[in-house]
Amino acid sequence: MTEKRTPNLLVEPNKFCPGCGHGIINRVLAEVLEESGLADYAVGSLAVGCSCLMMDTFGTDWVQAPHGRAAAVAVGLKRMRPDCCIFTYQGDGDSMAIGFSETLYAAIRNENITAILVNNGIFGMTGGQMAPTSLPGQRTTTSPKGRDAGTTGQPLNMVDQMKHLPIGYLARGSVASAKDINKLKKYIKAAIETQMNGGGYSMVEVLSFCPTNWKMSMEKSVAHVQNTVKNIFPVGEFVKNGERTDA
Amino acid sequence: MPRQLMKGNDALSEAAVRAGCRFFGGYPITPQSEIPEYLSWRMPEVGGTFIQAESELSGVNMVYGAAAAGFRAMTSSSGPGFSLLQEGISYIASAELPAVFIDVQRYGSGLGDIFQAQGDYWQATRGGGHGDYRMLVYAPASVQESVDLVSVAFDKADQYRNPTLILSDASIAQMMEPVTLPEMKEHDPNADWAVRGKHGKPFKRVTSTMYYIEDFDAYIKNKYDEMADAEQRWESIKVDDAELVLVAYGISSRICQEAVEIARSQGIRLGLLRPITLWPFPAKAFAEVNPDVKAYLSVELCALPKMVEDVRLASEMKAPVEIFLGGAHIPESSAIVERAVAILNAQR
Ligand SMILES: Cc1ncc(C[n+]2csc(CCOP(=O)(O)OP(=O)(O)O)c2C)c(N)n1
Ligand code: SF4
Repeated sequence: MTEKRTPNLLVEPNKFCPGCGHGIINRVLAEVLEESGLADYAVGSLAVGCSCLMMDTFGTDWVQAPHGRAAAVAVGLKRMRPDCCIFTYQGDGDSMAIGFSETLYAAIRNENITAILVNNGIFGMTGGQMAPTSLPGQRTTTSPKGRDAGTTGQPLNMVDQMKHLPIGYLARGSVASAKDINKLKKYIKAAIETQMNGGGYSMVEVLSFCPTNWKMSMEKSVAHVQNTVKNIFPVGEFVKNGERTDA
Repeated sequence: MPRQLMKGNDALSEAAVRAGCRFFGGYPITPQSEIPEYLSWRMPEVGGTFIQAESELSGVNMVYGAAAAGFRAMTSSSGPGFSLLQEGISYIASAELPAVFIDVQRYGSGLGDIFQAQGDYWQATRGGGHGDYRMLVYAPASVQESVDLVSVAFDKADQYRNPTLILSDASIAQMMEPVTLPEMKEHDPNADWAVRGKHGKPFKRVTSTMYYIEDFDAYIKNKYDEMADAEQRWESIKVDDAELVLVAYGISSRICQEAVEIARSQGIRLGLLRPITLWPFPAKAFAEVNPDVKAYLSVELCALPKMVEDVRLASEMKAPVEIFLGGAHIPESSAIVERAVAILNAQR
């Protein structure tokens, strides 16, 4: 029998819907922080959306920011507590719609923080409205006929926005397979290491799923990320040690 | 400490540094831009942090982060920028964190204009952001008082774990006056509520305290009731025998002070109540007023009267409450005397 080991940072069972990608990302992040010996020095900044359910179940210090502003809060924390590991954990609506400016400017100033952006292509918490990352044709409660890119714009690719900036680390992973999850862990670890070595801004976007609001089974959600979402949002490492890669 | 000639905004900035403030995140807007300008070089000198944020929204949330980390933090703005700060102020109040805000009021709504005015009174004293909170609001009437009230604002923010506000205006901020600066003070950032990694202890969550406090309604009402009772500050000039009492704060109170002198030299018994805190409004000050006072005159530099409502409440309408509006132009003290005389004559 294999031993079941859950990171101590996961102090309570998570509160996400069954099959939600957030749970996997929480677990990976908790493992990285513990294995890096940072559990005691970490402070997270999150705002609203399903991410905020973590505040009770993920045992690092937390500050809850207004919708979109987690990066600005993280900057205030990191500048005053440079020895701490400061990370943001936000959904795509949170970080890329209302908080686009705060998210991007933290990167433009190359602030020494780590941003985890969970891209599930929808506003989960508020009941499935269109997000900046919703795919063309995607039905949501505010695009009932499917997202019309002609009037709502193309899905926002945050990695493309950031890869030209002088930042420390940039990657996009997914939680759609065991292999992907292992890679994601590598990315998050590299991002946190970049911060703790003073290497500047690090961001990992994570392709996730929201079975509840996608109105898809778990299996279909996984297949959707593998077959469709990844084509629009390619995964890989885009900036490493401050250098652009060709990913 | 020697007295020196300083511009209002510069003196206030230096006073914040000396009060132990080590974080400023903000965005330029006239007539407060000297504050970020001053702190951009002064903060690094004392090992603090200055960030020119990309917006007021970002600046106030950087303050939120720095305050959550336990440090004395502040931002400043004016009119349109003060509106943008409200979101963050409501969150900081809700999380019960100390932080200091400066609003150097400017004229008009919308873009308005850059000259002196007192039109942000309601936004400052009624909460401004969403929900149930108040801020202690201090209204300096001189450069020296700006300096003195900054350190009070930081101390009271800590005492109540609540944001506090200095409500200034373009005149006080831009004028030069001799000031005595206080000694440098150090602030211990390691309060038990400050987030800095859990270090083997239970983890902390900085968020609305309503999630953790039983009977929150009573708790929060009690907190603000206590502030309202304990923190009223005012100055009264010759009110005990006054026939008419002027009520004015900040720059307009300076003109009113002159009006009192002129009137008294002519045998007209004018007095002045100068609120130093605007929230809580110093209702207790009205007990000092001559019980036979014939009228109050609320002197405000805005187009639409605002403070007058507090004057009516605090005076319990025991005498008529009249309004003198300055609008875009600073009134002459003689015009205020004239008006006072007209009010008194009409009652004879
Ligand atoms: C200022 C403000 N506007 C709107 C909301 C409502 N709101 C809460 S969560 C959310 C969307 C979150 O979506 P996302 O960031 O994609 O996270 P998810 O729930 O999908 O994980 C919105 C619009 C809010 N809390 N504050
Ligand atoms: S609504 Fe969607 S994103 Fe939120 S917890 Fe449920 S599945 Fe996850």
